[in-house]
Amino acid sequence: MNSLFMAFLVGGAFCIIGQLIMDLTKPAITPGHILVGYITIGAILSGLGIYQPIVDFAGAGATVPLSGFGHLLTQGTITAVQQKGLLGALSGGVEAAAAGITAAIVFGYLAAVLFNPRG
Amino acid sequence: MDSASEQLKQAEIDEYDQLVKKIEPKPPVVKNCIWAFVVGGLICAFGQLLINFLMSNGLNQSDAGSGTSVILIFLATLFTGLGLYDELGKYAGAGSIVPITGFANAIVASAMEFRREGYIFGVGARIFSVAGPTLVFGFTVAVLVGLLKIIFTS
Repeated sequence: MNSLFMAFLVGGAFCIIGQLIMDLTKPAITPGHILVGYITIGAILSGLGIYQPIVDFAGAGATVPLSGFGHLLTQGTITAVQQKGLLGALSGGVEAAAAGITAAIVFGYLAAVLFNPRG
Repeated sequence: MDSASEQLKQAEIDEYDQLVKKIEPKPPVVKNCIWAFVVGGLICAFGQLLINFLMSNGLNQSDAGSGTSVILIFLATLFTGLGLYDELGKYAGAGSIVPITGFANAIVASAMEFRREGYIFGVGARIFSVAGPTLVFGFTVAVLVGLLKIIFTS
């Protein structure tokens, strides 16, 4: 029960930050920018060792926001580098995030083809 | 005479600009933030529920995380297709963008509009109008971190 509450609290806080960025900068920042910004900053914070402690106490509150996807890419790369060296720097990130990336592309394609656009 | 009328015109424009600034609706920041917090928080809590469930069924932490992402992405593409996710997004703002469900939503929404350009170079290409930049920057940073790790540990 406690893990759900922490995920709610921290995940919600991540979203407040995104909302403030969007509201206070107005049209300059689009949802696309938010997505790119979150994955980039998540990957950087992960490389600096700052993101893992947040994951440790917030669980899905830190892994479900897109910054968690950046964290996954970086951690996959670091693990693979320790095992395989230079080749791991190129293969580790995608290996760790493979399920999510493939799911997004395949389910995304199917949904875009099967459903009719609205509005 | 000419310059006087021009000055008058300029004064009117300035006055108009000030009026526009005064009347222009400011985004209800506090209300938006509460919506973003509640909806984003609930999506993450649901993600935690899935992780707990998958781990209690014997998956290790990393597989449970991947499985959770896959389920959330599937649900987001489904609800985007049904038109429900964008309805939620009108209220939730960043609460529906920041979670990984927002990534899936952006992929479907941008691809869907381009069906008239065909299923291969319409939908197939536009899938990446949001996913592309996101993956480019994610991959690049991850590879840089990996290279730095090699340099500083050797």
